[in-house]
Amino acid sequence: MKKPEIDVSGVREAGAVGSGKRKGAREQIFELRDLTVKYAGQTAVKGVTMEIARNEITALIGPSGCGKSTLIRCLNRMNDLIPTATVEGQCLYHGQDLYGPQIDPVEVRKRIGMVFQKPNPFPKSIFDNIAFGPRVLGYEDVEERVERALKAAALWDEVKDRLDSNAYGMSGGQQQRLCIARCIAVDPDVILMDEPCSALDPISTGKIEDLMIELKDEFSIVIVTHNMQQAARVSDRTAFLIVELSASEKERWGELIEYDETDRIFTNPSDSRTEDYVTGKVG
Amino acid sequence: MPRMPGPMAERTRLATAGAHAAVVGNLGRQPRGDVWRGNLFFALLLFAVGLALLGLVALIVQSALKGAPAFSTDLFTEGPSRVNPDQAGFRPAIIGSLYLIAGVVLLIVPLGVGAAIYLEEYADGTRWWNRVIELNIQNLAAVPSIIYGILGLAFFVRGPLDLNFVVAAGSLTLALLVLPTVILAAREAIRAVPSSIREGSLALGATQWQTIRRQVLPASIPGIVTGVILAVSRALGEAAPLLLVGAATFVTADQPNPFEGGYTAMPVQIFNYALQPQDEFRVIAAAGVVVMLIVLLAMNSFAVWLRNRYEQQW
Repeated sequence: MKKPEIDVSGVREAGAVGSGKRKGAREQIFELRDLTVKYAGQTAVKGVTMEIARNEITALIGPSGCGKSTLIRCLNRMNDLIPTATVEGQCLYHGQDLYGPQIDPVEVRKRIGMVFQKPNPFPKSIFDNIAFGPRVLGYEDVEERVERALKAAALWDEVKDRLDSNAYGMSGGQQQRLCIARCIAVDPDVILMDEPCSALDPISTGKIEDLMIELKDEFSIVIVTHNMQQAARVSDRTAFLIVELSASEKERWGELIEYDETDRIFTNPSDSRTEDYVTGKVG
Repeated sequence: MPRMPGPMAERTRLATAGAHAAVVGNLGRQPRGDVWRGNLFFALLLFAVGLALLGLVALIVQSALKGAPAFSTDLFTEGPSRVNPDQAGFRPAIIGSLYLIAGVVLLIVPLGVGAAIYLEEYADGTRWWNRVIELNIQNLAAVPSIIYGILGLAFFVRGPLDLNFVVAAGSLTLALLVLPTVILAAREAIRAVPSSIREGSLALGATQWQTIRRQVLPASIPGIVTGVILAVSRALGEAAPLLLVGAATFVTADQPNPFEGGYTAMPVQIFNYALQPQDEFRVIAAAGVVVMLIVLLAMNSFAVWLRNRYEQQW
């Protein structure tokens, strides 16, 4: 069976210069149109319409249960792993609907990587952790990729002498940077991060934030975070979601309230609910 | 920090005293009846454990004492004899058991692991047929072994496969018998691999099969191997189904081909010696019991060691 290809040819070339003159023409990589996700009929997030730009960090913030994680998991079809999840509306990636009938989720995930809340290194050596992706995707230059990825994740100097030791011997922050390196090693187009720092101490968190800012020249990053300061520090644009309650109070779902440049969201939001949240009045 | 003003300090003192009283009330000695009941229960538990251990020790000691005169290399090198107990041994039985076990391992590893992978990774648990399969496997694990013997006789010895009374038929029957145990153990081991590992692998663009093959299976191998060893040690000790599928009680020659000729196995041979009227043969049976117990204990200990040594802490 031939796998349908997602056409991203020419995208990377455009991106190389794109980061320099981003202000002029922002290139959109994702376009969500009226996206609704349900788990076993229960709406988790409803009617999200937004665009996500290339070589930017886009943050999703909001209270617990607002569907941030659900939303980000739509972007690389990780929600497919939950059998009861259904997706309505459109989720366009470079103009192609990720949920179209021709799309193979495996191909999607090759281009759109993900870093999870809890560091999840494989029970293998540091080298094998990074090499896993390139190996299963059949790349030849596994060793160079491992070195490049570890350098890009600012981990090379810390681990270059113990590449053969088990990844479980690393600290939590190192493990999370290893997971980022693992993701970089397969050269994705986008990196999705689902609360990547929530299990880490402030120093490790700072390192990962620095890393994100460095990586955005090369990748587009979408991050879910509980931490508003983090969104304010690293992101270019911020989307704010809230939990909406039905009139009968029986059902609750997440809705996108405001999506704008991060500076505006935190200094001059147009919706009062956003203001209440970012100033700490609620949530 | 400045010292607290007077009234506050007084209140603090009172609160501390109250807390102290509460702690003494709650954590002091309990009523005598409770202590007594607790000790009695503990004693009962010790008794239960002791009884189980005593049974095992008594079995080993009794067999060892009784079989002591027969311990010699003859036990392993000689075949059975009806007339001369001095020259009777277990050679064909040991070889037969090794053949049986080899066949069982060849059958249960791919089938058991395959079924476990299907049930854990692919099967949709909400579908009724998957639930039926699951329920059946659990029930099959509790079916008496003689039933498998009859099944083996009907399907492997006669019937569709028509193998006759050969080692292969014995292996097939024993494999069926222990397959549910292996599937259950392998499922446990696969389920113990956290879903975050699967997600991490899939998020890199690995296919489901690559994820299973390169992440889930390697991480669950210790558990699977442990389950296989325990299943094999059960198969090794089974006599009842083998009697039905043709493990003869009197085989003198080594049988190199698993698809022809009669065979025997350790438990069957022990059974046979124990039935003989002469006391000397019962001594050999006791010695055989000791040999089997040692092999089984060694296998089970190895399984425990393996599990402790390689078990992944998540």
